[in-house]
Amino acid sequence: MAERPIRVLVAKPGLDGHDRGAKVVARALRDAGMEVIYTGIRQTPEMIAEAALQEDVDVVGLSILSGAHRELFPRIVEQLKQRQLDDVVLVCGGIIPDDDIPLIKQMGFAGVFGPGTSTQEIAAFIRDQVAKKRGARAE
Amino acid sequence: MNADWIEQVRAGNPRAVARAISAIERGGEEARHIIAAIFRFTGRAHIIGVTGAPGTGKSTLVNEIAKQYRRRGQRVGIVAVDPTSPFSGGALLGDRLRMQDLAGDAGVFIRSMATRGSLGGLAAATADAVKVLDAAGFEIVLIETVGAGQNEVDIARNAHTTLVVEAPGMGDDIQAIKAGIMEIADVLIVNKADHEEVGATVAALEMNLNLKPKTENEWRPPVLKTIATTGQGVAEVVEWIGKHRAYLQAHHLIHARERARARAELERIVQHELMARLLRGVNGTKFDALVEQIVARETDVYAAAEQLMG
Repeated sequence: MAERPIRVLVAKPGLDGHDRGAKVVARALRDAGMEVIYTGIRQTPEMIAEAALQEDVDVVGLSILSGAHRELFPRIVEQLKQRQLDDVVLVCGGIIPDDDIPLIKQMGFAGVFGPGTSTQEIAAFIRDQVAKKRGARAE
Repeated sequence: MNADWIEQVRAGNPRAVARAISAIERGGEEARHIIAAIFRFTGRAHIIGVTGAPGTGKSTLVNEIAKQYRRRGQRVGIVAVDPTSPFSGGALLGDRLRMQDLAGDAGVFIRSMATRGSLGGLAAATADAVKVLDAAGFEIVLIETVGAGQNEVDIARNAHTTLVVEAPGMGDDIQAIKAGIMEIADVLIVNKADHEEVGATVAALEMNLNLKPKTENEWRPPVLKTIATTGQGVAEVVEWIGKHRAYLQAHHLIHARERARARAELERIVQHELMARLLRGVNGTKFDALVEQIVARETDVYAAAEQLMG
């Protein structure tokens, strides 16, 4: 059976309205052969988890510039867990201080991508992470 | 997917429904197994197709139509199709963006789907994904096609009621009398009706409908005006969908449509299977050799096909 294309949900939690970065990443992942479900700005943790559930995605990518990640990310992780979506690969990007990165990784995020990261790097990282998850599930 | 999972699909468990649709998209043995298990529980939903050119407001309209049905207490499944890139194989599925109002409502299930190389405005797995939603108890299933041009008419074979969405200022009256997408409409909608050219667009569509020779008991599509961003006119759309359904039932056309759909589906699957079996029996070298012969004008394409099948 053919491998299905990697499905990625790209969402912006919280209230900041600058979605150019999220769109650039969404477009780059499309060009990397992935199916990107773009849900846009002002997403609540519940909306993000519900969309991830219905769309059966491999990856959830969050973009946040407002500084509310310490507040919102744990709630998103919690909502995903409630829906038994524990094996979804979590990545994030935007404006996230270096000091917060260990905390975010501890929450279960596989990758944190700050400004200046190349989109190829993000795509390669996602491909690698999903291959590992799929390999683990097949065993 | 075992019997427990199938039970969960039928109970409308969103995780089971989501995974069943993924399996169907992947195809193969598991997909067939799922369809075999759920098929007898399908046939209850009213399937509504929404098609039209890119940017006419299909997604926003689907959002509003779904809200109307929710107010009437009906559960709504949505399959929104967007194109796969022929170059990268990737896709940007953006229809959910316009359906935020429906988030958090357990009576709504939205699934975005990429065409994965299929033409005609739908994905190959769309019809089967609709069956999953039907079996899961969604009384209304809305299918949103890719932004359609003139010839993406597969939706008409898959839906009970097809809505064709137009926007003002997209072409003159000649566009309205061309063959193709205009002919499959059960309900015509001119969205963005706050635009000043709306009168001309409605008139062109009405003229086209009036030119069609009338036969007895034939359904005449209404031409409705909507402003999907405010919801204006959408209640009337839903009323007309109901009238169309009643018309289909009164004239025993639901079965006729089902039959046409079953026939088309069966043909498609047999074609696909025959092709797959044939190609399994033919080694790739022979196929490639024939391609070379055709290019070199040593044989023609029909003779080569004969050789393959003979």
